[in-house]
Formats: sequence, structure tokens, C-alpha cells
Amino acid sequence: MRIVCPFCGERELGEFTYLGDAKPQRPAADAGEEAVYDYVYLRDNVAGVMSEHWYHGGGCRAWLKVTRNTLTHEISAVEPAAGAGAAKVGA
Amino acid sequence: MAGDQTNRLNNGGLIDRSTALNFRFDGKTFSGFKGDTLASALVANGVKLVGRSFKYHRPRGILTAGSEEPNALVELRSGARREANTKATTAELYEGLEAASQNRWPSLNFDVMSVNQLFAPIFVAGFYYKTFMWPAKFWEAIYEPAIRRAAGLGRAAQVPDPDHYEKAWAHCDVVIAGSGPAGLAAALAAGRSGARVILCEEDFVLGGRLLADGGTIDGLPAAEWVARAVAELTAMPDVRIMTRTTLFGVYDGGTYGAIERVNDHLPTPPEHQVRQRLWRIVARRCVVAAGSIERPIVFAGNDTPGVMMASAMRSYINRYAATPSRRIALFTNNEDGWRTAETAIAAGLQVAAVIDARPDVSPAHRSLASKGGFPVLHGAVAGVDGGKGGVRKISVSLTGGARAEVEADGLAVSGGWNPAVGLTSYHRGRPKWRDDIAAFVPDGAPPGMVAAGAANGAFGLGAGLREGFEAGAAAARDAGRSGNIGSMPVADDEAFSITPLWHVAGKGKAFVDQQHDVTASDVELAQREGFQSVEHLKRYTTLGMATDQGKTSNVAGLAIMAAVSGKSIPETGTTIYRPPYVPVAIGAFAGHHRDENFHATRLTPSHHWAAEQGAIFVDTGLWKRAQWYPRAGEKDWLESVTREVKTVRSGVGFCDVSTLGKIDVHGPDAGAFLDRVYINAFSSLAVGKARYGLMLREDGIVYDDGTTSRLAEDHYFLTTTTAKAGLVMQHLEFCRQVLFPELDVQLTSVSDQWAQFSIAGPKTRDLLKEIVDPAEDLSNEGFPFMGAREVKLRGGLKARLFRISFSGEMAFEISVPARYGEAMARNLMIAGKPFGVTPYGTEALGVMRIEKGHVAGPELNGTTTAGDLGLGKMMSTKKDFIGRVMAGREALVAPNRQVVVGIKPTDKARRLRSGAHIIPKDETPGPGNDQGYVTSVCFSPVLDQWIGLGLVERGRERIGEVVRAHDPLRGEDYDVELCNSVFYDPDGGRQRG
Ligand SMILES: [Zn+2]
Repeated sequence: MRIVCPFCGERELGEFTYLGDAKPQRPAADAGEEAVYDYVYLRDNVAGVMSEHWYHGGGCRAWLKVTRNTLTHEISAVEPAAGAGAAKVGA
Repeated sequence: MAGDQTNRLNNGGLIDRSTALNFRFDGKTFSGFKGDTLASALVANGVKLVGRSFKYHRPRGILTAGSEEPNALVELRSGARREANTKATTAELYEGLEAASQNRWPSLNFDVMSVNQLFAPIFVAGFYYKTFMWPAKFWEAIYEPAIRRAAGLGRAAQVPDPDHYEKAWAHCDVVIAGSGPAGLAAALAAGRSGARVILCEEDFVLGGRLLADGGTIDGLPAAEWVARAVAELTAMPDVRIMTRTTLFGVYDGGTYGAIERVNDHLPTPPEHQVRQRLWRIVARRCVVAAGSIERPIVFAGNDTPGVMMASAMRSYINRYAATPSRRIALFTNNEDGWRTAETAIAAGLQVAAVIDARPDVSPAHRSLASKGGFPVLHGAVAGVDGGKGGVRKISVSLTGGARAEVEADGLAVSGGWNPAVGLTSYHRGRPKWRDDIAAFVPDGAPPGMVAAGAANGAFGLGAGLREGFEAGAAAARDAGRSGNIGSMPVADDEAFSITPLWHVAGKGKAFVDQQHDVTASDVELAQREGFQSVEHLKRYTTLGMATDQGKTSNVAGLAIMAAVSGKSIPETGTTIYRPPYVPVAIGAFAGHHRDENFHATRLTPSHHWAAEQGAIFVDTGLWKRAQWYPRAGEKDWLESVTREVKTVRSGVGFCDVSTLGKIDVHGPDAGAFLDRVYINAFSSLAVGKARYGLMLREDGIVYDDGTTSRLAEDHYFLTTTTAKAGLVMQHLEFCRQVLFPELDVQLTSVSDQWAQFSIAGPKTRDLLKEIVDPAEDLSNEGFPFMGAREVKLRGGLKARLFRISFSGEMAFEISVPARYGEAMARNLMIAGKPFGVTPYGTEALGVMRIEKGHVAGPELNGTTTAGDLGLGKMMSTKKDFIGRVMAGREALVAPNRQVVVGIKPTDKARRLRSGAHIIPKDETPGPGNDQGYVTSVCFSPVLDQWIGLGLVERGRERIGEVVRAHDPLRGEDYDVELCNSVFYDPDGGRQRG
């Protein structure tokens, strides 16, 4: 499997580290225990297309949001995390 | 006859008769020729019996001439190079080859275990499962040991493999599996178009079935055409031909696995060469021209030595000029099988009879029969009379019910051909059934892959060339190559007709899977017992689960299953296909990653100096760290470590701590960022100060710890533990990029950029003054405890200096650019000489941190909270941070949690051991009253006894209580006292002084 890193180009799987489901959003500080519990523990286990976090640790150290079909390993989109790269949000 | 090779024809074959090769099989010496396989050389020497079968120890001969062989498995080579379960049919002959038959005792001819046949009823389908229902005692005492002795394949060498293996990458436009007519035609088309081509052929000669079956292509005899094609391909600079290389798997993104047997054809690899090479080939397109495998027909006695696939018999006669039998009977259900009769007659052998299961035989074959003087019998082989000496008589059930007998010493069998659908099916593809050829063919393939020729069910020579050429041209086109592909090679198609026949009813064992000794009645029994799915059939009977992965047996097995269940073959379906296509040695997957090269080794900046000092090193992750520095006269590690600790506590010592993870945190929001990742505050830290920080995981459990210093308003320097250096960096990048992208902060890993030394002991300042520029104020006022700033060294080098202490002594840590690390160690030794300086290793470091009650890896073990470590008060209530909410869960703040506490044996002479469990005194140890365990221990030179830290239920409330340390692993049981975890200088005066 290869992932096209937006910063480095098409690179081999061994350069990346998988984290998991990219959908859950970290709740706000006042969201309460229930919301944080869901964020920490509840994960979809999708047989099909899902959005995942991958880390390009063997390259540019960007966190990537990869849209991947877990059945075929087909990757349909790769985008950098909001804070990846040198440019800041709103800067 | 050629020499003593009794079964060698005088002429023909692709063997080099000028190069005779001697070899030994089961201790007996034979000779063959260059170009032989072990199997063909055994055939040429008239050897029919080559092994005993897996369960029943039945005598077995050679069934095939390729990598699909189920029977002719041998132990190849001897000593450390002995390799079990090697196929004689693919093992290339070399001078001095040694091979031994397997699974027989004491000898192949007289095998005691063949009595297993008498107990055959207990070895039926599912016997492993059924015997598990017997009383456990019987299983353990009698059954299992007996099976282990009786069943099995070859023996492993039991010693390290002396040879080398390597892994390599290759990239190309088109990779082609197989060099038969379709593969060569594909390579010609793709190569001519300018594509970068890799052609993989598992054999050591190119040509595939052309080598045995010949034919006419472009008006040339097949051998000449192959030579011409190979010459043309060899002349193309971008075509790479890899013989002895099997394409065994397909992976995501057009990545293919291939195993190259670089030097398996030599007794030992030449110096500096590998035995095998594992290739990862990345290709835009793949043409599978892997051909097809002839399949047996299942009948009683079909495993008798001398029964051979019809195509294999042609291979031995035509390619190797070796005759498996003199008087051959042929049993076929298809047109192609007849070629073996033609071959036998052309080679001057006798054909005893052709038994054809089809209703009609072509006029050409009728006239061949009358010319050759042999009968054509319409019917099927119902049984074989023979044994370890080979075939004697064949009994035939004639169409219409009559019986006939044929005397022959060999029986060629053709049940039709199965396209090699492995590669095309490895991404969970299911092949589809074609009635016209009675075989499964690929139904699609992984992206970028296409099958051509016999692998796609196109069995005719002309069709194979056409499909291969077109597939090669299309693949090159898809890869963006558009050169002139020239003209397509042309040949006639042979007639093909088949009447499916899988199993002939008869008396005696009829084998489906010869390698695993699975019979037709096992398949029928499994079906009767309710194993209706082919996946269940496979696991219950072990059909197709041997080293050949059922290449000759799977389709027959499921056809028999279909017949007894009244379903069609396509309704019954196939099992899932999985790589590798052929067995691949673990050594090849490991490559050079073994022994000291199993993983990379990281050396600290002062490593070479430490080695000069005679340091003993310990592996910590990838690092080699100095564990202690023995001095002359010291009798053991404990004496050295105790001396190092005493020297630090009374004078001064230093330790290389460069392995800590180091991260520069820059930006206006650096402080705010650290506030969110640590439980305690860092935005409030003054410039020029350091602070101990603790990180949690989002689930509230402690993740990592370390000191972080503020070197400027917008610049922090963060350290992590050695073990978590990379992971914390990854975690912080996640926090920065994903969780808090709004913060203006940047992270730079500087672990490898800085050499860092801890200098500790009451004379630390005296030593530092010799190193640091005199203008720098190192006094308690000028550089107080937890101070941190850049300083100038004597000579002008800039360093980072931190007044932090892990040992409890007055201490500094100093960072210099890594290239100065070794010089720093040397200078500390020189400058420290007047103060009696000692280098100390990780053991002394550990002793002093335990004496001081600092937690480390054994306590930060992925189950403990900040509160457990006695650091709960550090958790800020004024800010949000990773893990804050979950750390408040009921069970994580329960009062009866196991928490860090000091532990010392009541008997001062007693050695404390980590791992011992804490049980209330006077209670019988059990899971119900297990209150924790000892995590870290050391011999404390200060207290002159063994001490430790432990995680003990309500430990901090129980200081002074005597409990029981129960250690069933070491058979120890003794009293210990729970005490304050800070054994040394509890009010911290020494580190502040
Ligand atoms: Zn990248």
C-alpha cells in the first residue's frame, strides 16, 4: 500500500503509522464526561470507506486524513490535518 | 542407456550429457546430468519409491514434474543446511547433492509405521477433532505422542542457518509471471513497445510447457522459437529476465512478492552471495502467464509409485530424456492426455493401453493406437495392483460394465487442466467455472493484473501466444509505452475436448490430497457429518492444507464434495486463495534482519569513549547504554555499581543521558500548548527555569514524564523518557496538528542533536567550574535549583545547562552539540580527576532514583494514574489538558487503588526481588488478597540493604505496616515493611544546596 502525502508525494506504507478513525472530534473542555467517554472509546469499525488518521513519521511528520476503503485498501483522498505544515490556520 | 542411468534415453532432452553430476539419495550414490532436477535424475536411475506418506506411511513416488508436487518431498543437504520438505521436482541437481527421504523409519523400503494403514479408521476425516473428545489423559499419554512420531514431514536443521538472505526492491512497467508461450509473447510485445519489463520464471530454463511439449511457432520448432525470443528479449536494455524466481503474491498498489532462489542450485552459495533473495516488485501492470496444472483422477491405488501425471511423464521423457516406465498405460478424460502416448511411442517405449473416459476418440488417435499396437479402452481405471516396487497391473471398468486388466509398469493420468488461478485470486477473488474446459478460470483480478494463456483457460498454443501478446501490448500501453510491437507469434491451436471425471468408485484407498493423505471417502464422510461448506471441508479433512496447498487436489476434492451433496461444482465453490503461491523460507522474509542486525543499533555520543573505559552495555530499545564501569579488582556488578553510587553521593560522577527524547517547542503559543499536553502548567514557568512535567493519555492513565525548561519567552526545551522519545513526538504532533491547530507552535525533534550528561554529587560545582566559562555564575543564587539557561564553556562553545537532579544530589545536566559529546566525556574525566570523578551507568542511575523514590518505567507502566504515582496534586484544576476528564472516573480515583510506596525487607540481609506480590501478613496468598507487587528494587549503598518501590493497595496509608512478599516464581516468601518511597534525603536539602 502507498499513500500520496500532500507534502512528500507517493510514499510506501512503511513510512506511515496508523492511528484510526478520524471522525471523532475532541469535545470542548466543558462538554462533560459522557462526551469525552464517547470520544475516547467509541469507534466505528467500518467495512468500507472510512476516514482515518495516518502519521508520516518516516517523512515530513504530517498527520494526514486518509479516506480509505478498508475492504479493498483503495485510497480515494488524502488531506493534511488542519495544523499540518508550517502555515497556521488563519495566519 | 547412459552409463548406469538405466532409465536414460540415449538421445534428446535439455540436459548437458558432457557434465555428469554425482549425488546421493538415502545414502546411495547415483549420477545424473547438468540440467536435471533431483526428480528427473532419480527417474533416470530407475528410482520409483521416494517417500512415505504423511499419515499412513504409504510408499509414494514422483507424481509431477513441477512445484505442484505433493509426494516427492525430501530433506535436502545436511547439517545446518538441511532443508525439510524440499520438492525433488524443482530441486536442481548439483555435484555432491545429498537428499534423504522423509517420514520413514528405519528405512524407506522397510517402514515400521506403515502399520498405520491397519489403523486407518482412526485417521479418518476430522480425526484431530474427534480424538480431542477422548479422555484428556489418554490423549496426552498415548495418542498425541504416537501421532507426533508417526505423522509428519521432514526434520528442521535445529541449528542456525549459516546462509544469508536479502530483500530487494524493483520497479517496472510490466511484470510477467511465467515464461511459457504466453509469458514470452507478453514480454516480446511489452518489451518492443519500450516498456520496462521484468519476466519471472520459477524454472531455471525459460519456455514453460514448450520444454516438454514442443510444437511449431512462426514455422520454427518450439525450442528454436524460444531461443530466438529469449535472444531478442535479452538484447532489450529494459527487459530483465529472472529465472529461478517465483512471483508468489500480489499486494496493494501493484506491489508483487517474488522469491529468487539465487544459489539453491549450488552446494553452498559462493562467498559474499546470498542463498535467496526476496523481491518486492512495484509494477504498473502484471501479466499472469503462470500456465495451468494438470489434475489427477481419483481412483483406488492412485498413489502407487509409477502412477504419474501424463504431462509430467512427457516432461521426463522429452525434457530430461528419462523414462519413468517402460510399458506405459494412459488414463485420460481429455484430448491432451493422448500426447503422452505419442511421446512414449516416439521415445521407443511401449504403450500398454489407453483408457479414455470419453465416448469418442479421434480418428488420428485411433490410427496411432493401431500403429502402436495398443488397445483403446473406453472406461476408467478402477484400481492399481502394485506397491513400493511400482505399478504391476491396472484394472479397468469398461463402459458398459465389463472389466479389463492391463499389465504395465507405469500409469500416466490426465484429468484435465486447472489454470493457475492463485495470483489472480489473492485479493479475495473467486474464480469462475467454465463448463467447456471443466475448470475454474480467473474472474477478474487485482487492479493492474490480467491473466493470459493457459492461466486464463486458453489451452491451445496459438491462443496462448495470442492472449499473451495482446496482454503484454495492452499492459505496456497502459503504462504509457507506445513503441512498435511488431508481429504476433503464430501457431495452430490443438484440439481440446474433455469429459469431466473426478473419482472412479473402486475398492481400496483413493487419494484426493496425497500430501495430507486425504481420501475420497474422507471427503464423503465429512459431507455426511455435515461439513457442507468447502471451507469446512478443508479444515475438517485438512485437504489442501499441506505445503503444496492442494495444487493437484483442491478441485478434485470439491468436485467429489459437489457430487455427494448433489450440487454443481460452481455452486460448491472454491476456498479462499491466499499467498504465497509456493512456500517461502522465513529466512528470506527476515533477510539480513537477524542476530545483531535484527534491528538498528543507536550509540550514545560518548559510546566509544565508554567502550574504551571497559563499560558493560545494556540494550534499552535500540540504544546501547553503559550499564556500569567495572574497575580492576571489582568482583561483580554490584560492587562496581555500589562504588559508583558512593562516589556520586560523596564526590561527583557523570552519566550520559543523551538517550532521553528532546524536543524544542517554539512559538508564541508554546506555553499554552504545553499547558494542554501536561497535567501541570508551563505557561506560568519563568524564563530560565525548569519544571518536572507529567503527561496523561486521553483515557487518564500516565503516558510519560520529564523536565521541560523555558529558555526564552517563546522557546521551551522538553525532554521525554528514552523509551517514549519517538512516541511522544508523534503524540505532540497529533496534538499540534489535529487537536489544537489554532495554536501557533512548532515542534523540532533534537534528540540526536544534543549530547546530554548528568553531573551529580556534592562536588559537581567544583567540576563544572573547570568546564564552564569563569564568567558564568554557578552559585546557588546565580544558578538556583531548577534553573535552566544557555552558558558559554571554556573555549567558547555554547551549551545548555539545567540544574535538575534525578539522583537527589546537587546536580546539573549539560547539553552540548552531539559532535562534542565524546569530547565532553573526556574533559569531564580530566577536569574531574582532582575531585575523584567517576562515570556511572544506568544501574547506578537506577539505584539513586529508587533511593530518592523517583518513579520510572516500572511504575509508569500504562496502568497507573498521577495519583497512583503520588503526583495527583500536580493536576491543574485551572485548565483543560489531555486526559483530564477521564482521569476523574470513579475507578481511577478509587481510594483502594494500588499506589507507589517504599518497601524494605524486615530482615536487612534479605534480598528483595521485583515481581514479588504483597499479601497481608499471616494470610494465605491467593488472588483474593493480592494487594500489589514490587516494581523496582536495588541494593541501597546508603541504607546498606535491599530496598524497592511497589504498587500496593492503599500503600501510602499503611506506612510502617509489615506485609508478606510472596514470590512463587522464585519460591520465596518473606516479611517486608511498607515505608516512605523517598529513602534518601526526604526533605531534599542536598539537591537544593
Ligand atoms: Zn509527508
